[in-house]
Amino acid sequence: MHRVPRHPLRKAVPFAALLPMALTVIVAYLGTVLFTLAISLTNSRSFPSEKFVGMAQYTRLFENERWLLSMHNLAIYGVLFIAACLIIGFLLAVFIDQNVTGEGVLRTVFLYPYAMSFVATGLVWQWILTPGNGIEQAAIHFGFENFTFDWIVDQDMVIYTVVIATVWQASGLVMAMMLAGLRGIDGEIWKAARLDGIPPWRVYVSIVLPMLGPTIATVLLLLTTAVVKLFDAVVAMTQGGPGTASEVPAKFIMDHLFGRANVALASAGAIVMLIPVLAMVAPYLYARSRKGRA
Amino acid sequence: MSRKTHFSPARIGIYAFLISAALFFLLPLYVMLATSFKTMEEIRMGNIFALPLQMTLDPWREAWSGACTGLSCEGIRGGFWNSVAIAVPSTVIPILLGAINGYALSFWKPRGASVLFGILMVGAFIPIQVMIYPLVRILATFGLVGSLPGIVLVHLIFAMPVMTLLFRNYYASVPHELFQAARIDGGGFFRIFAYVMLPMSLPIIVVAAIMQVTGVWNDYILGLVFADSETQPMTVQLNNVINTTTGTRQYNVNMAATILTSLVPLAIYFISGRWFVRGIAAGAVKG
Repeated sequence: MHRVPRHPLRKAVPFAALLPMALTVIVAYLGTVLFTLAISLTNSRSFPSEKFVGMAQYTRLFENERWLLSMHNLAIYGVLFIAACLIIGFLLAVFIDQNVTGEGVLRTVFLYPYAMSFVATGLVWQWILTPGNGIEQAAIHFGFENFTFDWIVDQDMVIYTVVIATVWQASGLVMAMMLAGLRGIDGEIWKAARLDGIPPWRVYVSIVLPMLGPTIATVLLLLTTAVVKLFDAVVAMTQGGPGTASEVPAKFIMDHLFGRANVALASAGAIVMLIPVLAMVAPYLYARSRKGRA
Repeated sequence: MSRKTHFSPARIGIYAFLISAALFFLLPLYVMLATSFKTMEEIRMGNIFALPLQMTLDPWREAWSGACTGLSCEGIRGGFWNSVAIAVPSTVIPILLGAINGYALSFWKPRGASVLFGILMVGAFIPIQVMIYPLVRILATFGLVGSLPGIVLVHLIFAMPVMTLLFRNYYASVPHELFQAARIDGGGFFRIFAYVMLPMSLPIIVVAAIMQVTGVWNDYILGLVFADSETQPMTVQLNNVINTTTGTRQYNVNMAATILTSLVPLAIYFISGRWFVRGIAAGAVKG
């Protein structure tokens, strides 16, 4: 093709147009991560300091009771939240996929919590679970006089209430994505399975579920990042309490950044949170890009 | 597909499961609505699942214009207007920049752009906590902390990956010949963008707008850190009303305020329907 020689400045236009993106990537993403990493190696309190202390903040972090409790809570929360979302989301998708009447209404009902903020989610569930007012009082009204349901004020149970609230908020999303995955599966499989007399549940477990692999990978990635981010719902629902029983790492970091003025410790915590995310994201994106090229 | 429509125990089981699941999902919405129309006496006496006996709109009035946040008792209407002021530019600007990025990445492919895009995609998953303190320091140097432009800038930063991705993928499906033809006709970067690409981007703009308005409206953590009492969004104010007030808790006012705060994203969801789901799918399935 013959090109008309253009003004030399015109070649620079696409570069100029991508300048905001370049700045965002370099300053706001790479720059901030490196800054946080650097701070985590100093003894900064309220303001960044330049005194290098090596890994001391990380040692201190893993000796900090509150941080260890946060990690412990997040592990329990993460496993239960992801498992519950996957199971409920998959079951809802499979059941909706049985050619049921009112599919549209059901989908709308299952997904609307996802449109609500974690703050609103936390506040509604806080109210429902308030002992003496919520479900507990209702059950007593219905005649179960000795009924107690006080998980939200019970140090050992409070983290499960956060699981309930956030599963309610997010499992509709899993349902929507799984349903899209199910609809993308070739209908011939069902004909073949019926000819061979394989019961539908076997087809779902042995054939459909493996075929949903890519969807499940995406869902897993989304849910994992949601777990690491968990903050709003805890703040709204329990403020980390009772005591520190429902503390989570994101809240630990925020508290130490802004309330307790221990920036270096908080930054060390943030870097620790970054590691599992990168460990999940890197292979995922790599696999995606490989597939895109093939 | 096993598309049987006759009634069998299995069918009944399917409906029983779906209906009980639907009731569980609807329960909080029902409780919120019922509570918000009750008087405090009724809440103390009755049970949480009962319908209000004497409907009252006072909790709604109180939530909108009377509930206390900190020292002032002006309800959450201030937060509503703050959220509107934040959401509008935080939707328009990221969409515009995302469209330009996607267009440049899909058609012009300047050198180094794909590397930037790759980092941006990884960046989408970085926990906010890793970036937030440096961002506060940077914004503070420019005196932007607590200001509206500051919050919009932060929303722009966090929206950049998904907005760029949406438009890049959308433009990837546009025939390249169209772009070549426009170039041969002498179109420059912005002329082709404004006259050829943008007019056919309406579907993806709608999807992006739905995602962005919902996301910005529901944001809590960025509003908490980057806004001050004059600019704080509705979610932050809502949490303050409910969790930092002293004295007896006004559950009915609290629930009315919670519904008011959720009204905009819920309305978007119920009106946009399938578009909302499309946005989730487009944004979730990266690459």
